[in-house]
Amino acid sequence: MNDMSSEQVKEAPSPTRKVDVSAVLGDKTKTGGETLSSCIDIENLNLFYSKDKQALIDINLTIPKQRVTAFIGPSGCGKSSLLRCFNRMNDLVDDCVIEGLVSLDGSDIYQKSIDVADLRRRVGMVFQKPNPFPKSIYENVAYGLRIQGINSKRVLDEAVEKSLKAAALWDEVKDRLHDSALGMSGGQQQRLVIARTIAVEPEVLLLDEPASALDPISTLKIEELINELKTDYTIVIVTHNMQQAARVSDFTAFMYMGNMVEFDSTNSIFTNPRQKQTEDYITGRYG
Amino acid sequence: MRRGTPWVWLNAGAVAISIVMVIGLLILLTVRGMSHFWPRDVMQANYAPPTSTGELLSTQVIGEFVESEIVVAAQIASSGIPVDETQDFYERQLLKLGNRDLTGADFTWALSDFVTDVEYPAQIVAMERREWGNFYGFLESIRENGEPIVLQDDALEVEANRWLEFNLRLERALNIRDDIYVIENQEIGLINYAMERLRLRERRLELDGDESPEAAAEIAASREELDTEYAILQTQLITLYETVNRDSAIFLAANGQEIEIAFADIVRAYKPNQMGLFSKLLTYFSKLGEFMTAEPREANTEGGIFPAIFGTVMMVMLMSVFVTPFGVVAAVYLREYARQGFVTRAIRIAVNNLAGVPSIVYGVFGLGFFIYIVGAEIDQMFYPEALPAPTFGTPGLLWASLTLALLTVPVVIVATEEGLARIPRSVREGSLALGATKFETLWRVVLPMASPAMMTGLILAVARAAGEVAPLMLVGVVKLAPSLPLDGNYPYLHLEQKFMHLGFHIYDVGFQSPNIEAARPLVFATALLLVIVIAGLNLTAVALRNHLREKYKALDV
Repeated sequence: MNDMSSEQVKEAPSPTRKVDVSAVLGDKTKTGGETLSSCIDIENLNLFYSKDKQALIDINLTIPKQRVTAFIGPSGCGKSSLLRCFNRMNDLVDDCVIEGLVSLDGSDIYQKSIDVADLRRRVGMVFQKPNPFPKSIYENVAYGLRIQGINSKRVLDEAVEKSLKAAALWDEVKDRLHDSALGMSGGQQQRLVIARTIAVEPEVLLLDEPASALDPISTLKIEELINELKTDYTIVIVTHNMQQAARVSDFTAFMYMGNMVEFDSTNSIFTNPRQKQTEDYITGRYG
Repeated sequence: MRRGTPWVWLNAGAVAISIVMVIGLLILLTVRGMSHFWPRDVMQANYAPPTSTGELLSTQVIGEFVESEIVVAAQIASSGIPVDETQDFYERQLLKLGNRDLTGADFTWALSDFVTDVEYPAQIVAMERREWGNFYGFLESIRENGEPIVLQDDALEVEANRWLEFNLRLERALNIRDDIYVIENQEIGLINYAMERLRLRERRLELDGDESPEAAAEIAASREELDTEYAILQTQLITLYETVNRDSAIFLAANGQEIEIAFADIVRAYKPNQMGLFSKLLTYFSKLGEFMTAEPREANTEGGIFPAIFGTVMMVMLMSVFVTPFGVVAAVYLREYARQGFVTRAIRIAVNNLAGVPSIVYGVFGLGFFIYIVGAEIDQMFYPEALPAPTFGTPGLLWASLTLALLTVPVVIVATEEGLARIPRSVREGSLALGATKFETLWRVVLPMASPAMMTGLILAVARAAGEVAPLMLVGVVKLAPSLPLDGNYPYLHLEQKFMHLGFHIYDVGFQSPNIEAARPLVFATALLLVIVIAGLNLTAVALRNHLREKYKALDV
């Protein structure tokens, strides 16, 4: 069954090749007729971890600005690999080869002249497991700014407070900013990581299964946070939890075995999927 | 059986044996080493061993009982003493008789059966001297400028009065001795040092061809100044020596001989048989204190071992300063920057094998490379004025530290590499995702988190280096170097100086000493001290590591 469906996908001209975002938006989401611009454009992206191990096959996708886009799909389908292309995290993997075009605000992020560190500042990323540094809460949030050479206490204090407030963490930690971040709960740590990421004022937030290691209450808080942040940031979230995707995202992409099967507004994907594979996955017919 | 009970017992047994061995070692060292400083009672006895000629040869002995042992009769017979055929074993005891200047040897073995009339007279004086070792005997009279002084002859109190007077004069002599020490070792040392620097400056000017009459005059002037200072000190010294030699005391030794001993030669005197526990304790700690803070005397068999303690600690610290940055930088390159492949693997194997090279080989390398090549080159370039006397082209503290750093660098590299490998990938990615470069990530996150592992490497390095002796004999350690490598003379830290080391001191005292019996307890005491010093250095590093661990405790990933 799996083999058959993948064959189908490869042969059938994918309807996701050219998603007209504005068109999708116009009739499916309630944003009041404002036009959407694209943030990240992906064209014909192929990713190989080694010669005979292709993780992404010919992906075409446009991530809209200041919206939440969710990637769903079974484990190993390439959601995270795709996400890690947006801030070139895959560069860290030895022998990883990427073909195709990924552009952020119209410029190719894989061209030679790009400063990877600067790109990663503009495209922040939150990982599956909370990964605070073994430093104080304050230093965790200030880390990205210190990297940029900002050491003025006034600026840092302001930025730390603003980021922690934006991450809905300020009230919980304002009295122990200089305690170790490792003493916080998992949910708090994950919000701290989000605060740390938004402290450097990125344009895009990549969330790689940000709630998968958390309990339901922490998950709820993270989801609320995503709702608040989407007015300022373009958010791309990878999740294997379909309810979560339905709750937090404006657009959803369904991936299967390295292919982008369907990309549409979240409403359409969950209520009226065009691909049978998508429907099967959403209704829980595969694993 | 399925629960592995025998296995558990085997494990527990192995641990127990290890603990017993460590504790046993410490107990042995402590008992044999520390008991040496206890002011033991001094006995007076009559010793009349049988002789081959049959005549009775009875001698009076005064001395400390050290130990006794059982020997077979044949062994006694073979040393020329006729033995009773019916008796298979004899007990003999080792007596410390002192008085080496009178009898030639300060220890003797006596057969217990022939030691009679043992008593402990209260008036026996035990004395440590600057030369000739201990003296045991009775105080007869005190002399000032060669004339006996007359004390109030209250028949009952005469001994006590004389002892009081003796102690007063001894204290005076010791104070003068201290003054002499300051002048000889510090003030004159300072002048000599300045003189030497002047000479080198002059020679330097000569070599550079910069001799000008002004410079020569200036040097001559400073030299004259130093000469005057020296002359003043010289006269002071002469007066001090005259005053210190004013008093002497007449003692009666065990064999009835009278001997005159100058107060200037006495280090410590006490009457052990009339001392209470408290005053014995005082004497004990005073002797122990001397052992740990004073310089050695009498071919290292008497006095203290402070220069050796200092040299050991100093060398280990310098070694740490060299080895840590070097090892860490090498490990960071191997783990973080070098492409993992055949070459890195080969290098890693080579590094691991370096740790197994016998240490004496490092000593030879240090001598051949550091001293003969690098040191000689440094001398040519920076110290030509001192040639042909070498400055760095001879064994010294710097080369010893570098050699040991080389010896221990594999340990630091391996430990640091393991530490770096344990830093979770997620933390590195977290830093990179915030726009940090690889270097910033390393510097701000990875290295601090790996610092406990670096400390582990350093702890292992210190443990190995502090106990190493063989290579040091080639690259800087000497039998006697009372001047410390750290002092008040510019440039304060004398890296080119030779130094003493506890490990070598043990070897030297234990195997190269002219007076084995006297040196043996010192071997144990020095060994104990070496263990304590290493444990101290290690515990410091462990405390530091625990602090770092607490600070950068690893994430639960």
